[in-house]
Amino acid sequence: MSATGPGTAGQAPARIVALIARREITTRLRTKAFAFGTLAIVAGIAIYLLLINALFSDSDTTSIGVSGQATHIASQLEASAGELGLDADVTTLASAEQGRSRVDSGELDAAVSGAASDLEVVTESELDERLHAALTGITQQQVLRAALAQAGVDDPGAVLGEANAAEIGVTTLESADPEEGQRLAVGAIMAFLLFFGISTYGAYVAQGVVEEKSSRVVEILLAAVRPWQLLLGKVAGLGLVGLIQLVIIAGLGLAMATASGVLTVSDVAYTTFAWGVVWYVLGFFLYASVFAGAGSLVSRQEDMQSVVTPVTMILVLGFVVGINVTMADPGGTTAAVMSLVPFFAPMLMPGRIAASDVTGWEIALAAGLTALTILVLTWLGGKIYRNAVLHMGSRLRLAEALRPSKV
Amino acid sequence: MDANTLNVVELCKRYGGVTALDRVSFAVRPGELFGFVGSNGAGKTTAMRIILGVLAADSGEVRVGHAPITSSMRARIGYMPEERGLYPKMPVLDQLVYLAQLRGCSTDEAHTRTERWLARMDLRERRHDEVQKLSLGNQQRVQLAAALVHDPDILVLDEPFSGLDPVAVDVMSAVLREKAAAGVPVVFSSHQLDLVERLCDRVGIIRDGQMVAQGAVDELTSAASGTLRVVAPEAPSGWASHIAGVRVLREVDSQTVLELDPGTDEQAVLRAALETGRVTEFSKQRPSLTELFRNVVTEGSQQ
Repeated sequence: MSATGPGTAGQAPARIVALIARREITTRLRTKAFAFGTLAIVAGIAIYLLLINALFSDSDTTSIGVSGQATHIASQLEASAGELGLDADVTTLASAEQGRSRVDSGELDAAVSGAASDLEVVTESELDERLHAALTGITQQQVLRAALAQAGVDDPGAVLGEANAAEIGVTTLESADPEEGQRLAVGAIMAFLLFFGISTYGAYVAQGVVEEKSSRVVEILLAAVRPWQLLLGKVAGLGLVGLIQLVIIAGLGLAMATASGVLTVSDVAYTTFAWGVVWYVLGFFLYASVFAGAGSLVSRQEDMQSVVTPVTMILVLGFVVGINVTMADPGGTTAAVMSLVPFFAPMLMPGRIAASDVTGWEIALAAGLTALTILVLTWLGGKIYRNAVLHMGSRLRLAEALRPSKV
Repeated sequence: MDANTLNVVELCKRYGGVTALDRVSFAVRPGELFGFVGSNGAGKTTAMRIILGVLAADSGEVRVGHAPITSSMRARIGYMPEERGLYPKMPVLDQLVYLAQLRGCSTDEAHTRTERWLARMDLRERRHDEVQKLSLGNQQRVQLAAALVHDPDILVLDEPFSGLDPVAVDVMSAVLREKAAAGVPVVFSSHQLDLVERLCDRVGIIRDGQMVAQGAVDELTSAASGTLRVVAPEAPSGWASHIAGVRVLREVDSQTVLELDPGTDEQAVLRAALETGRVTEFSKQRPSLTELFRNVVTEGSQQ
């Protein structure tokens, strides 16, 4: 061969893989699906946060109107409602009728009238349990005070004070975690993003393989590059696009949640974010070779669904079952075992790390098992791909694709 | 032997119980146009795929010069597969640049060469269109440009003329001649035997995985038993039937068409004809490649 032509010195495989990856990235980033998909999810998170914010700020205070004799218990009501965790805003009204009409128009949550020993409450539909308890307490105390006085007790107030001061002893076995709800939410969102990213970009790998087969461009490509280079370039390129999308969505979501004040456990969120990136990479590589092998079995886009669905089913199953188990009891045995299974670990482990205390060896074991599975599946998927990618026509059975003498 | 000669040595390939190639050998020298002909399923595509490394041979070897072909040499081949195909949704320009880069061109080279081929194929206006939006004829032109864009050292084209309109056939023929003139070994397969005869320096005929005839078109046709046309107005009917090694194919009026066995002296026939009286025409007719091909292929099926 003449020594003058370009490439005669041999092309660096890394350059070829980079070229292939770059084509995948530019092609994918140019699509409307990428821009709109990212926007839609970010918008979804923003709406969710706004909703939470609105709900929480709305239920902050309860406005109560008192009229007639009930005006005497205004300060007592505010105090005992406060003890029960209800922020009550008590206003004095001219009459019980005024209270009724204000409740009806929604200006007041409840209107109280009547004597302290015989209180009447008007409310729109349901009386807040805490308000109910506070008012009942006041009435009972009033009745008790009268009864004590009648029985000849000198200082009914002292007896009542003594009774009120009596308390039961409570021993908690687990320290309460006021942030548990937030941690669960962060974990659930991360699990969803990982499920979404891995299943979407994994399916893109299968789609890309089928596109190259159905358009027959694969033969020209394989005349110039090796099958493993083509596959690695495709997987690396699409994986990177998926990672970019994950970082954009999770990053913007985190920023919005922190800014809106909904999220107060930002250190948990940042850790989860970092773990999410690590597990996305592991999960994507695990599923990508499976999707590639599955895609290479068919030659037409119409046949793709039949080979991709079983793989997607594993992802859906792992996500739906795993998320329910983890949310119910993130520290439980079922959640722990599921988060060690290589096919589920990438979706579930970051969520568990966020929601409960996961030991280092659990994470290391899950990562090790996943890495081992990646090695096996990459070897298997690569073999199927090599054997099946030039087979045109009918769908190839798995056993045929694994036979070594095919090509 | 020239260092750029494409050497195919004793290739064998079986698919299960079917022999696709049985010790197929041929060589294409730099500047030579080699035509590869054979019926459908004879093994042409299999041989070409093995040359490109898309398929592995069971035994045998592909060499460039004396050295076994390497993957970097293969990247320097211009290949047009039988099953045409490009990325349907990729713009023409991007696609050609990408393919040139994959075969080792730098980004600058890839762009320069792509622009040159787009101009040559009259596709400049469509450079930013997706391939699937082009007409079938224009898609074929992009396909040819894709095979040539990296300025290949060897050309291997599987049925390059199939599906081309007459103008495109002329463009393709011109490109092949030009590449050969530039010192590139060119091998292509075709069913259009008149085209092969007109274009090729040498041909190989393959039947059931075996190379049954190979050589310059002239050699092959003259070596094959030719026919003689003799016009002798005064000759009686059956005048030539007694001459050894001669068979009478047709006798119409004064015209006789004879087939000679290889090695038969046509001068003896001329003398016999002159003995009958006047001879107004005596000509040797070579078979066309089509006739040769038909003979070779039917011989096989009779065995």
